[in-house]
Amino acid sequence: MKIPDLTELALRNLRESLLRNSLTTIGISVGVASLVAMLSLGIGLQQMASRRLVKSGLFDTMVVTSRREMRGMGREDERNGPIPGESRVLDEAARSEIEHIANVAEAYPDIRFASELRFEDKPHLTMISALPASAKSNDAFEGMQGAFFSSDTAPEVILQKSFAEELLGKTPALGAAEPNVTELAKPLLGKEMTMLYSQREASPTPPLRGNSNSPEVAGASYSVISRQQKLKIVGVSDLDPESMRGPTRAKVFLPLGLAESLHVMTPTDLREISHAASHQPVYSSISVRVENPAQVQPVEDAIKKMGFTTFSILDASRGLRQFFAVLYAFLGIFGSLALIVASVGIVNTLVMAILERRREIGIMKAIGASDGDVKKLFFAEAGAMGILGGIVGVALGWIIGQVINFGTNVYLKRQSLPPEHFWAVPWWLVFFSILFAFIVSLVSGLYPAGRAARLDPVQALRYE
Amino acid sequence: MVSTTTPVALAAATLAIRGENVCRHYKMGETLIRAVDGISISVRPGEFVALLGSSGSGKSSMLNLIAGLDRPTSGRVVVQNRDLAKLSREELAKYRLHVVGMVFQSFNLIASMTLLENVELPLRFAEVDRSKREMLARESLERVGLRARVNHRPSELSGGEQQRAALARALINRPKLLLADEPTGNLDSHTGTEIMEMLGEFNRELGMTVVMVTHERALAERYAQRMVFLADGKLIDDRLNIPSAGGRA
Repeated sequence: MKIPDLTELALRNLRESLLRNSLTTIGISVGVASLVAMLSLGIGLQQMASRRLVKSGLFDTMVVTSRREMRGMGREDERNGPIPGESRVLDEAARSEIEHIANVAEAYPDIRFASELRFEDKPHLTMISALPASAKSNDAFEGMQGAFFSSDTAPEVILQKSFAEELLGKTPALGAAEPNVTELAKPLLGKEMTMLYSQREASPTPPLRGNSNSPEVAGASYSVISRQQKLKIVGVSDLDPESMRGPTRAKVFLPLGLAESLHVMTPTDLREISHAASHQPVYSSISVRVENPAQVQPVEDAIKKMGFTTFSILDASRGLRQFFAVLYAFLGIFGSLALIVASVGIVNTLVMAILERRREIGIMKAIGASDGDVKKLFFAEAGAMGILGGIVGVALGWIIGQVINFGTNVYLKRQSLPPEHFWAVPWWLVFFSILFAFIVSLVSGLYPAGRAARLDPVQALRYE
Repeated sequence: MVSTTTPVALAAATLAIRGENVCRHYKMGETLIRAVDGISISVRPGEFVALLGSSGSGKSSMLNLIAGLDRPTSGRVVVQNRDLAKLSREELAKYRLHVVGMVFQSFNLIASMTLLENVELPLRFAEVDRSKREMLARESLERVGLRARVNHRPSELSGGEQQRAALARALINRPKLLLADEPTGNLDSHTGTEIMEMLGEFNRELGMTVVMVTHERALAERYAQRMVFLADGKLIDDRLNIPSAGGRA
């Protein structure tokens, strides 16, 4: 029999026992819906995680340091390549060169220093770091109270929540509930604080004999001047933007342009004393952001060729992918369970149909249907239920997903957290779910179809 | 003209059906049921043969063997030079589809289909195109006088009409052999006669070989050219008959 004829006959037969076949099809739908729901949750979570990770800057950013920073730690990086002491200095020229590598979005110095901050006449010693304007879109500033810096050079400051607690003397006891960032921000936003820092300043150098062009000698002396800078508190961040920095993480952030203009004395200045006095500062490290995480590796290689050391967390993303592969497998297995139960329903329905249509099968055989025709007809019925159930199931799964997404976002909103889209039904999932339902149905149809095909026509015709 | 005792006397090629010592035995529990027990029979092309006998005489079993719905336990059934026992299941289906047309006592139309769909069903198995299928089915239904009923379901028709539709279905593939199992058994005598007239007409006009199972001797005498009597699975008599109604002289 031709496929259109088979399909037509199969659909006709399904319509004949509408209730029973609808119930079986609903069973398949529920199975497919659970599969779709589970997998789209997994996919959504993965997409959310990678979105977050990309935003967090962990995966599209690398830290570049000079080999000169390595001293006697005997690491592999150190052993290979030029001797640290003789390698290139990480200065403005190097930064600019890195910024011109293809696919580099930006390269900015990592300015980081410990300093004293005065707030309401009380001194607080803390680590301060500078943020580029691009950090505004960083995930860590989601849920921040106040606003990001108004400009790259504004005398403004953003505090991390724990420092805000310190300023207000509200550091919670261990295990106690953390105070809400909204409450912490209220008394602080718009207030001023004073930063005390040491500025390095090139001393006017007397003309030197001989090699006057050599930068090594040009700024051989500089002075350190104690200065103060008034800063306005513009934001209090809930999350910790530097959680990966470990002990050197900062709790107070300045705009990068401002931090550069202050010429704050940093530990590197002591080591690179010859450079420090010039207006071309030496950086202890540079953060390099690439346009997308896939470009980290080539950019890293290019920077290494320049003679610098780089560090990125590319491996972590590999681990994450592995985690999601396992998660998919588990969600898929649980999702498929319902479909397997539904497939038992198909077997049951078709076996019932054989009993009911025994005579009809006998008639068809008597008038010339082959075993194959009968088998194909039952297969077509199973397949049609599978495809119908698959389509309805995908729709159902999608609706369930939307409802859960909506419900969760209502909950997140109540907890004053930003809404999140952790649900995704990609086209391939739609296609494969329907295909999977179809295949499962065909497999379920194997036994009934075989049984119908083997039916003895003489006995079937005798059956009333 | 006809011989059952010395089938060899007839050239095999000229026979429509040749049964040689056909047996069909069933086991029912411990007892062996000999539904057909060593029947030898030859039917020439274009003959109208009635298989007569009481219930359980083996006439329907014999018909099923000729129809290729069943296989003999021993012996041979050769139809149109095909030894049915040697055909595969697939080949038997093709044989039923193209060589044989069947009519049953209980009509055996598919209740969920209209007459047109019922009649064109064999053509679906033969993979005939939809348009040709419909044309042939209409033609066939017209032939049995059911032109106005093509879109009715069997349940909306009288018994006679249903049997006519069954006849139309049996004719659709232009079979060489028309097998009828008690075709008038569920009909009143008037409609029964109508059906028998049609069978006779197909036999005469289309040259079809007709084998009809019946227990009504009068019916056989009116239409069949030959009457074969069975009892307990054995052939007990085989005689020529001159049909009294419209039969071939």
